[in-house]
Amino acid sequence: MLNSTPKELIERAGGAINPAKTCQPIGAMYAALGIHKCLPHSHGSQGCCAYHRSHLTRHFREPVMASTSSFTEGASVFGGGANVKTAVNNVFTIYNPDVMAIHTTCLSETIGDDLPTYIKATEVPEGKVVIHANTPSYVGSHITGFSNMTKAMVSYLAEASEENKKEQANIIPGFVNPGDMREIKRLAKHMGVKSIMFPDTSGVLDSPITGQFMMYPKGGARVEDIRDSGNSRITLALGSYASADAAYHLERKCKVRAITLKTPIGIKATDDFLMTLRSNFVKEIPYDLEEERGQLVDIMTDTHYHFYDKKVAVFGDPDIVAATAEFLLSLGMRPVHVLTGTPGGVTGASAGGFEREVKEMLDQSGVQANIKAGGDLFLLHQWIKNEPVDLLIGNTYGKYIARAEDLPFVRLGFPILDRSMHPYLPIVGYKGAMRLLELIGNALLDRVDRDASDEDFELVM
Amino acid sequence: MEEMEVVLLTGLPIEERRDFILTKGKQKRQLKCDADSVAGSVSQRACVYCGARVVLNPVTDAVHLVHGPIGCASYTWDIRGSLSSGADLYRNSFSTDLKEHDIIFGGEKKLARAIDELVRKYRPKLVFVYSTCIVGVIGDDLEAVCKAASGKHGIEVIPVQSSGFIGNKSAGYRAACDALMRLIEPGEKKYVIKSKNINYLGDFNLAGEAWIIKRYLSRMGVDINVVFTGDSSYAALKKAAGASLNIIQCAGSMIYLASRMEENYGIPYMNVSFVGIEDTSNSLRNIAKAFNDPEMAYKAEQLIEHETALVKPAIQRYREKLEGKKAAVYVGGGFKAVSLIKQFKEIGIDVVMIGTQTGRPEDYRRIGDLVDDGTVILDDANPAELEKFMLEKGADLLVGGVKERPLAYKLGIAFIDHNHNRKHPLSGFIGAVNFAEEVYATVCSPVWNYI
Repeated sequence: MLNSTPKELIERAGGAINPAKTCQPIGAMYAALGIHKCLPHSHGSQGCCAYHRSHLTRHFREPVMASTSSFTEGASVFGGGANVKTAVNNVFTIYNPDVMAIHTTCLSETIGDDLPTYIKATEVPEGKVVIHANTPSYVGSHITGFSNMTKAMVSYLAEASEENKKEQANIIPGFVNPGDMREIKRLAKHMGVKSIMFPDTSGVLDSPITGQFMMYPKGGARVEDIRDSGNSRITLALGSYASADAAYHLERKCKVRAITLKTPIGIKATDDFLMTLRSNFVKEIPYDLEEERGQLVDIMTDTHYHFYDKKVAVFGDPDIVAATAEFLLSLGMRPVHVLTGTPGGVTGASAGGFEREVKEMLDQSGVQANIKAGGDLFLLHQWIKNEPVDLLIGNTYGKYIARAEDLPFVRLGFPILDRSMHPYLPIVGYKGAMRLLELIGNALLDRVDRDASDEDFELVM
Repeated sequence: MEEMEVVLLTGLPIEERRDFILTKGKQKRQLKCDADSVAGSVSQRACVYCGARVVLNPVTDAVHLVHGPIGCASYTWDIRGSLSSGADLYRNSFSTDLKEHDIIFGGEKKLARAIDELVRKYRPKLVFVYSTCIVGVIGDDLEAVCKAASGKHGIEVIPVQSSGFIGNKSAGYRAACDALMRLIEPGEKKYVIKSKNINYLGDFNLAGEAWIIKRYLSRMGVDINVVFTGDSSYAALKKAAGASLNIIQCAGSMIYLASRMEENYGIPYMNVSFVGIEDTSNSLRNIAKAFNDPEMAYKAEQLIEHETALVKPAIQRYREKLEGKKAAVYVGGGFKAVSLIKQFKEIGIDVVMIGTQTGRPEDYRRIGDLVDDGTVILDDANPAELEKFMLEKGADLLVGGVKERPLAYKLGIAFIDHNHNRKHPLSGFIGAVNFAEEVYATVCSPVWNYI
């Protein structure tokens, strides 16, 4: 299907071919699903809401509930104020969530809908909360939308209600799967650190089957916990793109110290995460985490020759890609093409931040690479044509390139539409690193087996 | 729908939804449908752009350029499962990826650049430019940009007026049909059926379904001129006016195009359905009848007899295992819903709940005629309603689309995708077996024993 991708690089100014991102509102919807008993609400046309729900459903294979303002021609001429009012009323009467999290769309942003005013003018039932985030689709990406909705949680809910800070850490996990959020919470718990995670989609988008449909599954960050995040001593923002804005906003609002770390993918980023908890809460790393780390290093040494000097193209969301690239380097691999669809300068990360950060990392390891924050998969394919790789890592959309170039392909990130299990099994922490090692190792070795001539076909590898 | 009883909607707090739901019985009331969804509802419906995109997407050798911010292009990237026998340009995702600057200063220049770049790279003969919500608001003159680009490159660049908020999915079907009408070259005006060359409207060649029908028709001595739009190409669509008859499978999306073609080119049309043995057989007979050709009618009978004999034993085997099971149906259009009721009857299953996103009053009348008393009929359902009625009616199986699948599973109810994500062709005689097998595979799976 991609046979017509030319090798010769061309300057393009007319938009994207085969995008490596999608729009803000879906990220906001995903973040809002990480609040317990929250109904995300899409303030725009019906199609936006339907697309986001379908796309999330394809990735998580779970029901995704969200309501819509159902814009019509009238609303887009006279403004969506009346729609918000009707929607708030209907949502609480029919679906009865604790929280309604409204995000905007390109349409409602462009016609200038003033959500804070609309919400103030609307009667919200006692004990219920309406929050909102501005998520214009023409700025940033789904990661920006996730960041903005997370920030809205801080704006609307977090309070510094106590004089002294509590011995607890806020953890903002970033746009990762519920299985990753579970693993990060497990690590904090093992460290003996009380943590408040928001948003937290574990128990929402990986809920068990019970024979009943639960509009609001058991999981998600509790509103009272998000309120209490203003009393925590520190906030760990995991991933500067998806999480830093909310953390710094909380620092300004409630004087909770913000620390930005990489998403804990791979050994170094997981070390950093645990050491930060250790140094801030004067805890020792417990033996079972040391054991996990030791096992990971053991596996890395056992298998390092499988990975040595292999050239990799990795694409996806910036926080995930930066951390993954770091892990690849620790295995002796060479991430020679590193690309995201999220342009710099729209959230916590400054313009050019991603490219600079990744370049520094690669320079230290002496790896020359193509790096781009706001790229698309057409460009990635051209890069690969010019400098072939041994492995491709990225979301499902990478499969076209993998097929065209006959590359081993490891699925990682969002969305994954053609394989299951990803939402459940973590890629973060030491255990997650082991899983990544297995995925990458199997992809490479399956290829060696496939391509081996009879005399080279080996039993022990 | 005169003889329907109003179901007691206790537990359904939203008063406005009452008129959209019926239980077949004895009272007189018309089901309300084809209205906008209520603000604040968890609707399963989509928008104008979505409707236009699904209809046009299968045109294989066109550049499908989505003019707007990235989302609308991302969510529709290669999700239809429409197969191609040739070009695969349509499986790429092209977007003008509008940014804040473009929203303020207008997106026309960027659109023109995007067309230039894509034409230079892919050398298409046809470019569809879809407008999204925002284009309708910032006032880009799509028509003018497309016209200029068309002149510049000497190819057809056709705007699709599909801003999301100007209506529902059906309005999108219309926008797509308008775009297709602009493509079709005027042929000779004629009402007399001369050749045995037909257009097949409303099959998107999911899992290769149009190819199955093409083979059947070919055995009857009928050639397909072009399929709208499954596995279609620019050149084939151009010649659409040369057909002597239009047959329509998905009426919801294509009846408008068929009537425009009748008006402009004098091509008569008829509805067909290749879903299930009964409807497939009747459709083939009706096509032969339309040509008033005894030999064709004979060939049709032979084909029907032959194919039915081939699939009957398998269907009978599945029927024995499925007899007495109950199905719920929630699909996009009314026509498919009608066929599914009959197809379920063929495998011994009763439909106990049935609804559509965009069914029209006449569809609901036909549905009402076909189902048994007590069946719940609903328009534009939300998940809570689907859950309530599936449980109340004891459904063993739901037929639906992407969003309905996990809902059914959570309830311990089996599921069939009769939408973009179908994996096997469900059309024609062979499709009837595939359907029965899929139903059996999910309804009788051992996994349900562990819930």
